[in-house]
Amino acid sequence: MLRFLLGRLANGAIVMVLVSMLSFALFNFIGDPVSNLVGENATVNEREAMRQSLGLDQPLPLQYLKFVGRAVQGEFGVSYRNIEPVSRVIASRLPATLELSLIAALLALGVGIPMGVYAGLHPRSLLTRSLQVISLVGISVPSFVTGIMLILLFSIYLNWLPSFGRGETVMLGVWSTGFLTVTGWKSLLMPAVTLALFQLTLFMRLTRTQMMEVLRSEYIKFARARGLRERSINYRHALRNTLIPIITVAGLQLGSMIAFSIITETVFQWPGLGLLIIQAINFGDVPVIAAYLLLIALLFVLINMVVDLLYFAVDPRLRAQR
Amino acid sequence: MNTMMLTLRRWRQSDLAWSLGRSPEAWLSALVLLAYIGMALLAPVLAPQNPFDLSTLDLMDARLPPAWSEGGQLKYLLGTDGQGRDMVSVMLYGLRMSLLVGIASTLLSLVVGVTLGLIAGYAGGRLDNVIMRAADVQLSFPAILVALLIDGLSRTVLPRAVHEQLSLLIVVIAIALANWVQYARTVRSVTMIEKDKDYVNAVRLIGMGRARILFRHVLPNILSPVLVIATLSIGLAVLTEATLSFLGLGVPATSPSLGTLIRLGNEVLFSGEWWITVLPGLLLIGLVLSVNLFGDWLRDALNPRLK
Repeated sequence: MLRFLLGRLANGAIVMVLVSMLSFALFNFIGDPVSNLVGENATVNEREAMRQSLGLDQPLPLQYLKFVGRAVQGEFGVSYRNIEPVSRVIASRLPATLELSLIAALLALGVGIPMGVYAGLHPRSLLTRSLQVISLVGISVPSFVTGIMLILLFSIYLNWLPSFGRGETVMLGVWSTGFLTVTGWKSLLMPAVTLALFQLTLFMRLTRTQMMEVLRSEYIKFARARGLRERSINYRHALRNTLIPIITVAGLQLGSMIAFSIITETVFQWPGLGLLIIQAINFGDVPVIAAYLLLIALLFVLINMVVDLLYFAVDPRLRAQR
Repeated sequence: MNTMMLTLRRWRQSDLAWSLGRSPEAWLSALVLLAYIGMALLAPVLAPQNPFDLSTLDLMDARLPPAWSEGGQLKYLLGTDGQGRDMVSVMLYGLRMSLLVGIASTLLSLVVGVTLGLIAGYAGGRLDNVIMRAADVQLSFPAILVALLIDGLSRTVLPRAVHEQLSLLIVVIAIALANWVQYARTVRSVTMIEKDKDYVNAVRLIGMGRARILFRHVLPNILSPVLVIATLSIGLAVLTEATLSFLGLGVPATSPSLGTLIRLGNEVLFSGEWWITVLPGLLLIGLVLSVNLFGDWLRDALNPRLK
């Protein structure tokens, strides 16, 4: 087990080193940091002084280490587009993305798993078949098309829900939340559904196949032979074992939700990290791109590690084998 | 001609054809797919207007609704877009672009993934370790994010003029690099089984080179899972391209794909011109849905365990 975890840790470390090098290269070689800071009519001497004060005359490995040192403290310089420290730009956008992903994840799990359990228990019912058709359509419709259709229906024709932004937000310390206002919830509804839809169908399909597989297994037959009640078999014995792989996938999907939120945020002009990165790419805002790269890599590495640990905690067989 | 008849007869007697006949979703989606491919190939012939020829465009005709609604003209069956281009024509060309990028990037990721998988499975040892470690690392990021970052970073790194010339190639490479892992993993595991079989030992004994063994003898025996992955990943690649283009990355605006059309339509959605974005959206959904249905069927039909 230790070997496995160490291997995973090494994987994570490799990712972080590679991404930080990429991020460092972007930072240092794309655009001249000196010309970005001094005026156009600065003299050669002034430029040289600037180079020295920025540490750009030092050997590359040293510069890289200093970059990592600053990155660890959250210093990524100033965003070209917002003329504000990158750390502050990201901190102001993060709550929007996290709140959106959280609600979407709850929606996907809370609706997808029960639907999958039902479909697994009653594979031949009419409802199950229609659910499956819907789920196939669900994975074939790109999420931006779903978002546009929702806007067309609920914002333009019915005029019930706002089509962009977060509505009114309330500042809780440094965290701006949309959970405390009516307009905040109204604005959240369509983006959350759009973001959740793909994951929802995924959880449903996964739960269904797992459930059917578990129901065919020996210990369920024995539970039946022992005369346990159907409900107890289905929900206490089968469902619990079904949930093991779902935890893994759910964890991984949480990460991809933050990635997919790029699309949703663009459709609904949701002021989160996803919209920020798209704007930064279109503007060539290198400091923001470099910081985003590192942040997203760190996030995925952490999520993967937590999922691995959870897997060990849930499935005792893994601990015995390694 | 004779050989063609022969292959046709062999196909009609095969298991695959039998299974296709029994599954209405499968042959329906196959028909739809053939229609899509036909429309894409024949776009220049079928399109009533050349949407890239600026001299045929008239801004007075911009944003006309489809022919059946009020104010529509029969000349523009599905209406026109914001620049006065005939929707039927831009959608045909858009479909052509979407399919081109989808198929090209699938082929590229297939070549990269299969080659790396064959090498990893056959050579084993350190090479296998390095390739699979890279695959593991990449698998921990969603494919669409990888494609988006490759495309986005290339925009930041390359000068604008260079990027505009290469952007089509860059999209294809970005999507291909995001999707090679699945091929590599599958091919590696099948190759590890195949490499100890007698036919491989036999050709190795007569002194055949490694590359020849792998590509002439092992490859044909592992093609069916590759075929299934490729079919399903064309759907994925088309979706990825559409998403990138929707976000303003992806294919250049001068050669719009369905995703670009949806983005352009989205910009005028609030003035009520729904057809400019909804129609390309429906065309895209139909394409991806039929690829997925056909791929699902192919996976089940080629899976020996389900027979």
